[in-house]
Amino acid sequence: MLYALLIYENQADFARRTASVETDEYVGAWRKYYQAMVEAGIYVGGHPLDVPETATTVRFSDNKSQIQDGPYANTKEQLGGFTLLELPSLDAALEWAARCPAASYGAVEVRPVTFEMERRITD
Amino acid sequence: MKGRTDEQAHRAVEAVARESYGRLVALLATRTRDVAGAEDSLGDALLAALTTWPRDGIPKNPQAWLLTAARNRLTDHARHQQVHDHNVPILQLMTREFDEIADPDALPDERLKLLFVCAHPAIDPQIHTPLMLQTVLGLDAVAIGRAMLVAPKTIGQRLVRAKAKIRKTQIAFEIPSPDQIPQRLEAVLNAIYAAYGNSWEDATAADPRIAELGQEAIWLARVLRAQIPEDPEVRGLVALMLYCEARRPARRSADGRFVPLSEQDANDWLMPMIDEAESELAAAAQMQRQGRFQIEAAIQSVHAERAHTGRTEWTAIAAFYDQLMQVAPSIGGAVARAAAYAEVRGPEAGLALLDQIDPQAVIFYQPNWAVRAHLLQQLDRTQEAARAFDRAIGLSEDDAVRAFLTEQRDH
Repeated sequence: MLYALLIYENQADFARRTASVETDEYVGAWRKYYQAMVEAGIYVGGHPLDVPETATTVRFSDNKSQIQDGPYANTKEQLGGFTLLELPSLDAALEWAARCPAASYGAVEVRPVTFEMERRITD
Repeated sequence: MKGRTDEQAHRAVEAVARESYGRLVALLATRTRDVAGAEDSLGDALLAALTTWPRDGIPKNPQAWLLTAARNRLTDHARHQQVHDHNVPILQLMTREFDEIADPDALPDERLKLLFVCAHPAIDPQIHTPLMLQTVLGLDAVAIGRAMLVAPKTIGQRLVRAKAKIRKTQIAFEIPSPDQIPQRLEAVLNAIYAAYGNSWEDATAADPRIAELGQEAIWLARVLRAQIPEDPEVRGLVALMLYCEARRPARRSADGRFVPLSEQDANDWLMPMIDEAESELAAAAQMQRQGRFQIEAAIQSVHAERAHTGRTEWTAIAAFYDQLMQVAPSIGGAVARAAAYAEVRGPEAGLALLDQIDPQAVIFYQPNWAVRAHLLQQLDRTQEAARAFDRAIGLSEDDAVRAFLTEQRDH
């Protein structure tokens, strides 16, 4: 099973990416987590996303596309990245989610990838 | 002649469904991780048995027959869907595994794994108990709705959603690792106790499945204890249910009238069950980790002592309720604590404690009104007592309890 770990962070967490004092600690935690996943042979892919201020949201309504500055949902915690892991069960995915640095300062949402839908789209 | 064979075959199908439903669902679901699929295929297999067994005779091993039939349904279904289904090879492997087992009792028991899935933290906690009642104990949504006081339709939809989540997210069917057990165990224990409580309250259970629930709940807790012997709360729960179960024969008089605990004849209690409860509770105490179920069992243990001493140590009971309210506060505990203190310090003290509970929380809670009525009557506040009795009678679900309270009111 392929599971997506969706990483949610708040404004202060995003700021830690560039604030020089805390950056080493922030990046260091992610680096160790990444290495553990790779060594376990479960890491399939993933990317950090740039800060929410860089987001632009598009909707098509009234026969034209509406383009809006900002992320889709205006919530305190924002999507900060995603990781794809190949694992045997939800329980294993929840264990890896718990180890994710964002689990202690933000939140990690675990979702299975649906291959059934993927087949219907790609076949 | 034909009619009789038909009837025998139908009765055999019914018997195996009643005795083995949860076992068979657990066996299938543990291998496919699809609870709804396991239930559907077993339902189909039971239907097939109703037509096949009268014609061909009852198979030597009915459980294995049903498993094979259910497995075939699952395989057909997977092929029909033309999806790449990793379950097909698993299911084929399963045939060989089961065909070699001649003795039905030798089939592996996977119900505990199913139980841990039903009480998984990824599943809405409110559906843990209903899910267990349906998949492990085989109750339908109507019976669950009745037992849990929820509309069957609502329950049905939430059960469907929970099973879809189990299948789609592939929750693991396994006993959790030791470090995961404490977090998961509480939900399992609560679900087992809720199942027991449903059967306990429904003393005149019209539905035999609900009446059997108490036995099944105790049985499940015993399996759990065998699997996780080092957890004191598991033993506490076993002890608690055994204490209560031991009193079951004393809860009704010969003519079916309700007998409250204080008036029960201790000679009617099942002493071997109480002895077993005592040794479970003692073993739990050795592990030196207090918990809700051990405290509740300890309270029942004090009540049970009356069989030997002829009296009830209410001071000890009141102290245990103090502990219980700190560890696991609940409305039921608060009302019971007030009743215990009324025995120690008098009815006024009891009433004062009842008045400390948020009135909104107990306005429809029958024991609150029953205890209040009893205490008001002791204080000769007759009119208030009568009103409280009427409220308690109106909130009772059991005819025998209604009759008992009516008699007390007019006393």
